[in-house]
Amino acid sequence: MAFEIPKISYNGAIKEIPLGKEANHMIVGGETCYPFYLFEGSMPHPPKIAMEVYDAPPEDWPQAALEPFADVVQDPAAWAQKCVASYGAEMLALQLASTDPNAQNTPAEQAVEVTKKVAAAIEVPLIVWGSGNLEKDTEVLKMIAEECAGENLILGPIPEGSYKALGAASLAYQHTIAASTPIDINLAKQLNILIGNLGVPDKCILVDPTVAGLGYGLEYCYSVMERDRMAALTQEDERLQFPIVCNLAKEVWKVKEARISEEEAPLLGDPLKRGVLLEAMTALLLLLAGGDILIMRHPDAIQLVRGFINDLMAN
Amino acid sequence: MALTGIQIYKLLPKTNCGECGVPTCLAFAMNLAAGKAELAACPYVSEEAKAELADAAAPPIRVVEIGIGERKLKIGGETVLFRHEKTFLNPPGIAVLVTDEMGDEEVAGHLDRFKALEYERVGLTLRADLIAVKSLSADGGKFEALVSKVKNETDAGIILMTEDPSVMEAGLKASADRKPLIYPATKENADRMAGLAKEYGCPLAVKGDGLDEVSELTTKLTEGGLKDVVIDSGARGVRKALEDQILIRRGALLKKYKPLGFPTIALPCEMADDLVQEALIASIFVAKYGGIVVLSDIQGHTLFPLLLARMNIYTDPQRPMATSPGIYEIGGPNEDSPVLVSCNFSLTYFIVSGEIETSRVPAWLVIVDTEGLSVLTAWAAGKFVGDAVGMSLKKSGIMDKVRHKKVVIPGYAAAISGDLEEELGDWEVLVGPRESAHIPAYLKEWSA
Ligand code: B12
Ligand code: SF4
Repeated sequence: MAFEIPKISYNGAIKEIPLGKEANHMIVGGETCYPFYLFEGSMPHPPKIAMEVYDAPPEDWPQAALEPFADVVQDPAAWAQKCVASYGAEMLALQLASTDPNAQNTPAEQAVEVTKKVAAAIEVPLIVWGSGNLEKDTEVLKMIAEECAGENLILGPIPEGSYKALGAASLAYQHTIAASTPIDINLAKQLNILIGNLGVPDKCILVDPTVAGLGYGLEYCYSVMERDRMAALTQEDERLQFPIVCNLAKEVWKVKEARISEEEAPLLGDPLKRGVLLEAMTALLLLLAGGDILIMRHPDAIQLVRGFINDLMAN
Repeated sequence: MALTGIQIYKLLPKTNCGECGVPTCLAFAMNLAAGKAELAACPYVSEEAKAELADAAAPPIRVVEIGIGERKLKIGGETVLFRHEKTFLNPPGIAVLVTDEMGDEEVAGHLDRFKALEYERVGLTLRADLIAVKSLSADGGKFEALVSKVKNETDAGIILMTEDPSVMEAGLKASADRKPLIYPATKENADRMAGLAKEYGCPLAVKGDGLDEVSELTTKLTEGGLKDVVIDSGARGVRKALEDQILIRRGALLKKYKPLGFPTIALPCEMADDLVQEALIASIFVAKYGGIVVLSDIQGHTLFPLLLARMNIYTDPQRPMATSPGIYEIGGPNEDSPVLVSCNFSLTYFIVSGEIETSRVPAWLVIVDTEGLSVLTAWAAGKFVGDAVGMSLKKSGIMDKVRHKKVVIPGYAAAISGDLEEELGDWEVLVGPRESAHIPAYLKEWSA
């Protein structure tokens, strides 16, 4: 008896979201099947990788991650250009880490300046990500939304605590937002409903489910993303049918095993390759769980993951 | 498929003798169906009925064991497609390849790494499980010698790889008592490989060209009385291999399609030519349904991430791993040693206690019961907040153990310091670093 393929019936699809400036829109989403289950559905827009740029020279990056950017860390615009010119970045993610009140606490005005410079230096879609401090992010991202009107930036993280202010600002000044909830599918759905009620159109919403690195809580994020896709694609949960963005690099590179030297931990092997693999493997697992946009750091890790996206899509 | 009580009842003697402990056969059948009784409790059930019941109760994916003793590897037995539906049960075996065309030194390198690369994490030892020994020369004597070497120098489970049954037999002679996996039975050699598997009592992997051929092979083997079968669908492209894994798992679970109700083996070693790529491919099959992954070699930087991936994907999603709350003495602390406080999420506990050890500064670590939640998660859930942490500290008895009145809290929990000071009265709350990696530097600076 020949094996009859047990297919799953999908009744939903992920929404297609246009990113970047109108002239050169890039689209994410559109999936009609689980990630890379291409024998029973389609992924019209392969997942994208956004390369990280920091608003100030990173202080706590291990050598392996810093080395490729050592010549540009002082200048975010040059850094952004290098990502595009040398590494073929298809998107960028500006991390406003220095705005954190617990770090340098740089003022919102300065963040606006940096954002403008970076946006002017590149053509690809730009994600602008706050430090994670609710009050400061609300102030900073709001000002950026206004000052960069019409740029269609992707602003994040937008949690429940700031969705009103930032949802309204992105609506008024035409940006896309990354709705952020802590690894909980019900909270994610709820926030998407609230943002929709504000009048933010669906084509301006992405979901940030909150991610963690390999060995540091990844399993929770992996499963929440799988559940998210299941609800969106097989249970007609319309308010979860949004592309997922995974801000993973900073989670990966902060952990001890991504930083420790070979002398201190000989059994962990080469620190560069280890860091790269920790980042690439985190990314690959999150892709399998449903990631549409991955925010990544190391050029080697990015190249590896791009290769896998191609292989997984290849006919 | 599980049988209902009525279906089981039909297979019982229906004499209501009561020897099984309940008054009627029907009651006994109901208990069986509910998993509340063992069939063995009825002394009168026929052999025929036993076989039928065992067959019906068999898991949709067979559990296959490779190796012996402490190193016995159990694969298969999975019951869900997504880990959140229940949990994935038996983590895939990680195998390292050696061949009879490698030089002695190369073989030694592989075996040394296999033995040396193991890691303690959350109280578990993580390491590779199997060594795959492959014959390339088709020389039975050479194969036998290499298999013996692997067997003598390691306690690994073994995979014997050759399509030539006579070479296979040489390998089996050297290692059958280790219960190796025979790989592969193909369309061409299936009869002879099946004969060997029976004779030596070892599990057998089939390799087919696609799932139809695989199904024909496994059907043939099971009809011949073999039970312990492993599947290689033959695909070597990442996309096709992933598709096959998914279809095999679905076939077994959703369709109860017996010919595919076995664990699988994937061969990243034949799908890439670089260890980093291989590790990434292996991680795909850790997530999606591989039973064994075979790598051409391992290095610390390739094995460690893969082991983490396997641990993450196979932890039980229903309950976080937790350690018991209380006082932990690290490095023989005294009354002037620092006091640190953290949560009882296992991962956090092991990371933090490891860093304190690394610092070589003796210290007291007080673990608060946060129901297995990490620091920030517990804080957000109201379980790692000022009064709760303060109360735990007081109850722990730590205050009688030290002369100073200082406690270090995690940097991410800085927000609780005010409430905690209030709760503790005259104690000083010090905000430690956020990342545990900075604990050693911090402790070296600490003074009572
Ligand atoms: C996995 C996870 C979960 C898992 C739980 C996992 C677990 N067992 O704890 C789940 C999915 C269940 C979960 C649930 C929730 N979560 Co949660 N979760 C995470 C996530 C992704 C990773 C946490 C983790 O495992 N970290 C790894 C461990 C090792 O970290 P750690 O315990 O903090 O320890 C480190 C340091 O603190 C330090 N350290 C630890 N102890 C000590 C001690 C001393 C003295 C020192 C110096 C240092 C130190 O060392 C460690 C390594 O550096 C984080 C986001 C992230 N990427 O970090 C969110 C996060 C912690 N969660 C969050 C929230 C809000 C929640 C929920 C309240 C959401 C909700 N409303 O449902 C719930 C609460 C749980 C409940 N009500 O039951 C928020 C917290 C926000 C905030 N800043 O307050 C976070 C930060 C996500 C976010 N950005 O919004 N979560
Ligand atoms: S022991 Fe067997 S035959 Fe007797 S009542 Fe129980 S099930 Fe029926």
